[in-house]
Amino acid sequence: MTDHKVPPILKPIRDVGIVGYGAYIPRYRLPAREVARIWRAGGGGTLFEEKAVSGLDEDVITMSIEAARNALARAGIDPDEIRAVWVGSESHPYSVKPTSTVVAEAIGATPHTQAADWEFACKAGTEAIQAAIGFVGSEMARFALAIGMDTAQGRPGDPLEYTAGAGGAAYLLGPAEISLATIESSYSFATDTPDFFRRANEKYPEHGERFTGEPAYFKHITSAAQTLMQAINASPSDYQHVVFHQPNSKFPQRVGRTLGFKPEQIETGLLVPLIGNTYAGSALVGLTAVLDIAEPGDRILLVSYGSGAGSDAFSLRTTELLPERRNQAPYTQDYIARRTEIDYATYARFRGKLTMK
Amino acid sequence: MEASRHWRLKQERYTLMGEICPHCKEKIFPPRDFCPACGEDARNLFQFSGRGEVYSFTTVYQAPAGYEENAPYTIALVRLEEGPMLTAQLTDMGDETVEIGMPVEMVTRRLRSDGERGMLVYGYKFRPQLARAISA
Amino acid sequence: MIAMEKKKKALSDIIIVGIGMTPVGEHWGKSIRELALDAITAARSDAAGLKPQAIFVANMLAPYLSGQTQLAALLADFAGLRGIEAVTLEAAGASGGIALRQAYLALASGLVDTALVVGVEKVTDRSSAELEAALSTASDADHEAVHGITSTAQAAILMRRYIYENNMPADALAYFSINAHTNAVTNPNAMYRRAIQIEDYTHASMVSEPVNMFDAAPIADGAAALFLVRDDGSPNMLPHPRVRIAASAAISTAVALHDRTDPLELYTSAESSKLTLQQAGLKHDDIDLFELHDQYSVYAALSLEAVGFAERGQGWRLALDGAISRSGRIPICTFGGSKARGDTGGATGVYQLAEATLQLQGRAGENQIANAKIAMVQCLGGTGATAATHILELVDGS
Repeated sequence: MTDHKVPPILKPIRDVGIVGYGAYIPRYRLPAREVARIWRAGGGGTLFEEKAVSGLDEDVITMSIEAARNALARAGIDPDEIRAVWVGSESHPYSVKPTSTVVAEAIGATPHTQAADWEFACKAGTEAIQAAIGFVGSEMARFALAIGMDTAQGRPGDPLEYTAGAGGAAYLLGPAEISLATIESSYSFATDTPDFFRRANEKYPEHGERFTGEPAYFKHITSAAQTLMQAINASPSDYQHVVFHQPNSKFPQRVGRTLGFKPEQIETGLLVPLIGNTYAGSALVGLTAVLDIAEPGDRILLVSYGSGAGSDAFSLRTTELLPERRNQAPYTQDYIARRTEIDYATYARFRGKLTMK
Repeated sequence: MEASRHWRLKQERYTLMGEICPHCKEKIFPPRDFCPACGEDARNLFQFSGRGEVYSFTTVYQAPAGYEENAPYTIALVRLEEGPMLTAQLTDMGDETVEIGMPVEMVTRRLRSDGERGMLVYGYKFRPQLARAISA
Repeated sequence: MIAMEKKKKALSDIIIVGIGMTPVGEHWGKSIRELALDAITAARSDAAGLKPQAIFVANMLAPYLSGQTQLAALLADFAGLRGIEAVTLEAAGASGGIALRQAYLALASGLVDTALVVGVEKVTDRSSAELEAALSTASDADHEAVHGITSTAQAAILMRRYIYENNMPADALAYFSINAHTNAVTNPNAMYRRAIQIEDYTHASMVSEPVNMFDAAPIADGAAALFLVRDDGSPNMLPHPRVRIAASAAISTAVALHDRTDPLELYTSAESSKLTLQQAGLKHDDIDLFELHDQYSVYAALSLEAVGFAERGQGWRLALDGAISRSGRIPICTFGGSKARGDTGGATGVYQLAEATLQLQGRAGENQIANAKIAMVQCLGGTGATAATHILELVDGS
């Protein structure tokens, strides 16, 4: 890496913030012990309790619509003012035909809008946020909507099956002065690192097992977080909350420790034990849980990770508008509390692992 | 494939966009061009809130072709809080028991898919109103 | 509208001179045209071999289940009637009554002298999912069927609400089914010729709560036909006592159940029956039997209320106290109705009319209602978006 005279951070001309946010987590939960029961895995091998599973009539389109409606309810703006609807996911229902046009139509943002689907493994949603910051920060648009949502795939019997969950969040980016949290700055770090991938037309992803750790997740998140904090003269103690991409409980806790964060800074946004790894939704739904309880003036560090590989880091500061706005839509914990446990057979049916033809 | 047919109806299907009669103020869903209450021309758009209650319901076990994969499913007549009634599936019931009068809210869900290769049809369904788990 | 209907009374009588019915059931060996032929042949033979000038076919499902439109032309040709006017009428479960009304209008206009009304349905060639999908076309495709509704589900929704509003015992509708099964025992054309008891009903498996197996009519193959002529003033030429169409009315309303102001009020049933009573100058007490729509038991209760044989919410009591039995105040489903004779979709109305004709002609055998002179016959389409109501009357001195 070269030393930059100008820090390589992404800073728009106009200050941008989150005007509205919305989570979505489906109702059904598959306990890890159910997966272990089927595959006869040794006890204690899992570090989480259960994962969220979408219902038979749900997919990234329907889940994004609900999260987007929640974001709009908090923002209280006219959807006609939205100039971009972007959905990042690994599980778009169509290979060709955007998720985003359906979402845009459903929230009333059509037709004067950009609409596109984003793909970068588990960081597709934060990529969309960065692009939205650019849209708003350049004054090309007053509002842009970025969503990270997944109904994550994991091959039956694979360790991923314990964690691959469903959920995500939507963020409406707009001018900082009417935001519930301002984006202080952001940064993106990307390299070609093939730790996890899914070829076109394949149902389940392949992963590099231990290769997904040090050179992939840890390297990218650490670099992204450190570069950003350095550039803005921040240190871990300046943040009340930090949210990392969470493929399991261990990785985000370890990367947090490495960077110098304390467990209580990570706690609120660490949802993986309860909902699983929601891929493109993972870090973003962790952030909604933080925004649901944060005090005005709190600083939050968000760092995503997408295999392939890259990390997007954001430094946020909440505003006085947050406490009132967050009551305009369901909290992340409301969705987590809405819980119906299912067994492996029901899960297999819901996730299309039982074929009827 | 009936892409154009579903496409024409997307606004009412996705968002519960109906109409309000400019003459007698009757709120109309599904939208139609004559007010069923006063018979006058009615084309002014009206956005329904999506809140309503169950008028009556049942469960479909023997599903029609195209719906077998979701069976059994609960289907209801829902009385919207603005007045009109509609037919829709109830979803996300979990272990909850449906009752006549139960408050429900609209969600956009997958109604059906035209086979493995066909288009996905999205539209309104209703679910129990989401409870707030932590106090505001 | 009423004045217009009254004017028609001045026209010549339209007489049903022959009927034909196939047994209702699973006719694996017969196609739709063969089924219809059986009924046509029987009706023509019953009408002393007369030849029709026009054929009005009642059918709902042939386009979906047999891939056949122009069904009337096909049936006319297959029945050796090539060259006659042939038209198919569709109004879901009301098709039979609607076809009779069209034949009645044609005969009454003077443009046609003899006509056949043929109801036919062939449902067993397709899977039950395909059949459900075809049946659900009776609902509003864009606003009901797209949500996966079925005719059974709609009946169940109505029945649940009916029970809820009227605070009645859960098995109160059982007696409609029990009555139908009792009457079917002696009907050679019936699908289920077995009497049932209340225990059978209360132990029946659920189809769509609260509709159980005995609330739902079985749908099966069948065909029925009526031979009609305009009265030419020579009654001695006719083989059977003359049964005239004393009144005919058809009414429509919103197809979607949710579009009705009150889903439990069968508007079309009420309005069409009111019109027929006015046309015929009759009162409820004059009706000796009422062949009604009983595809699901709740419709029997709702029809009795809509037509005025019972107060709102009290129709079920007529079943409970036996008023609907063959010796009761207002007998219904005298040959078993759709419930036990079997439901034949668009052909059902023609069965109802043929059975009522047998009653008035005194040819109902063990199913005979004593001194039956006047019958009301009503068919409903879907959840009642269409109703066709007729009053048949035995002509004095015939």
